[in-house]
Amino acid sequence: MRTKNQLKKLSEFTSAKHPVRRMRRLKERAIESLLFLAAASSVLVTVAIVSILVTESIPFFEKVTLKEFLTDTEWTPLFENAHYGILPLINGTFLSTMIALIVAIPLGTVAAAFLSEYVRPSVREFLKPVLELLAAVPSVIYGYFALLFVTPLLQKMIPTLGGFNVLSAGLVMGVMIIPYVSSLSEDAMQSVPSHLREASFAVGASRMQTAFHVVIPAAFSGISSAYILGVSRAFGETMVVAIAAGMQPNLTLDPTQPAATITAFIVQVSLGDLPHGSIGYRSIYVAGLSLLILTLCFNILGLWLRKKFQEKE
Amino acid sequence: MEREINPRQELLSNIRRRQRWDFAFAMMGLMSLLFALLTLLALIVDLAITGVPRIDFAFFMNFPSRFPAKAGIISAWVGSLCVMLTTAFCAIPLGIAAGVYLEEYAKKNWFSQLIELNIINLAGIPSITYGLMALGLFVYQFKLGQSILTAGLTLGLLVLPIIIVTTREAIRSVPNLIREASYAMGASKWQTIRHHILPYSTGGILTGVIISLSRAIGETAPLITIGALTFIAFLPTSPIVGHVPFVSFKWLMDPFTVMPIQMFNWLSRPQEEFHVNAAATGVVLLVMTLLMNAGAIYLRSRFRKKMKW
Repeated sequence: MRTKNQLKKLSEFTSAKHPVRRMRRLKERAIESLLFLAAASSVLVTVAIVSILVTESIPFFEKVTLKEFLTDTEWTPLFENAHYGILPLINGTFLSTMIALIVAIPLGTVAAAFLSEYVRPSVREFLKPVLELLAAVPSVIYGYFALLFVTPLLQKMIPTLGGFNVLSAGLVMGVMIIPYVSSLSEDAMQSVPSHLREASFAVGASRMQTAFHVVIPAAFSGISSAYILGVSRAFGETMVVAIAAGMQPNLTLDPTQPAATITAFIVQVSLGDLPHGSIGYRSIYVAGLSLLILTLCFNILGLWLRKKFQEKE
Repeated sequence: MEREINPRQELLSNIRRRQRWDFAFAMMGLMSLLFALLTLLALIVDLAITGVPRIDFAFFMNFPSRFPAKAGIISAWVGSLCVMLTTAFCAIPLGIAAGVYLEEYAKKNWFSQLIELNIINLAGIPSITYGLMALGLFVYQFKLGQSILTAGLTLGLLVLPIIIVTTREAIRSVPNLIREASYAMGASKWQTIRHHILPYSTGGILTGVIISLSRAIGETAPLITIGALTFIAFLPTSPIVGHVPFVSFKWLMDPFTVMPIQMFNWLSRPQEEFHVNAAATGVVLLVMTLLMNAGAIYLRSRFRKKMKW
């Protein structure tokens, strides 16, 4: 008799209508919704960034025409005689990024190929995290290094070099983004199936030939996203240029000159006390929006390039 | 008469040439690695030579001052600590929850794809734009002011993608066997996650948390952008008070400075003595970041060894 009762209870419990089961279902549903909200909040961050940058920038363009913004060669929004041409800042950003890439792309790619193709896995497991420490050092410390170590060093080679210059900031930024380039590139090279390498060795290719003719082409889409990440980092890098490159907007291609990047300008303005809603306040949002658009354009370009290379395979 | 070419000899010289190139390339690889690592070493040594002699107990306990020899970093390290606490409190639960949802619950539809794409993009957005967003949203629209809370929220959002990505990786490495075994015992989805998936991926998640906090502690630009002050000669309100309920969250709304901003401030002054202070602050900051990263590397390798499924 007892077992029969127990069985009945059990079958009631297993039925979906039992209150305990119903509660449990409700709880599961609630937890899933909470987790969903957490995941969806990451989209809200993007929405917030874009919408704040856009809405705070719009009043700026009521005062300054788009033509002046894009063609004027001076950027002096805080002066009496204000000019609002973004070109000098974009120029500074591109110049420092170019110098950084000249350092980071060859060194990062070669280091990645070396780690992936030449080094024993145990050594690689050790070297890779050590290399990644380069990316962990706070950028303000790199700024110190650029201003007080690299610049004096460069001044011994180029006596005319001033205390603030784009060259030393760019070089240090280059070292800083090496791990971004090398780490992702190395991952991409590692994921190339080993039978491709073995086939290449079997027809008599050396390791270097295998690296250049087999591994790098096969991993190119991954390598290119490493480059894109490196460029994004260089575009957005702030403290190194703010400390070591000076904060003077300067339309020049000469890396020994001081120049301001978009990010350095934002820092410079933020250090002062700006009334909310003034044109100076708007100008940092316009600068930030320009930076975001530049980064976005570059990412889209990279994505497009990657697609093109992938189709070729 | 034509000289006869010995095919064997030609092959050998060909091989030798390629071996030489191979060796040269290996050397180049080694040099690039060494260059990067030596730069890191030069940075550390240069900073240490200038900074370490300046560090003493008083340096940690003094407020910043007009006189370089009297200046210290107490407001900076207390500020960093408070901001880190707020950051961790905001980013860790949100990041882990988002990671769990994306890995265990999300169905393959346009919205989850949007979230994934968005997280990849967030990681590429310059950190200073987070600062601009926070200035417009937290400081002026939510009226939180230039406070510890604003700074913590800003950095929390900034490191959120790192925590989400590492959480997902950690969860993905738990084999499906575990899930199936748990379901077979009648566990619900949340019970499976709570009692099996999360405990087994703790190592990976912890690594991500440490890395993200080490990133946040060195972040300068977004905090300057929200208007963090560079000269603070007082501490935030104490979290412990003499009356009920004995804890106070007033410190969240206090103005603050952090170590990298203090360093930047000293670095941008012309006097050399302040540069020495900057170096000393840099040493403290660098030691903390490197320790956190070393901890993360150690944890990662330990858990990788332990978890052989």
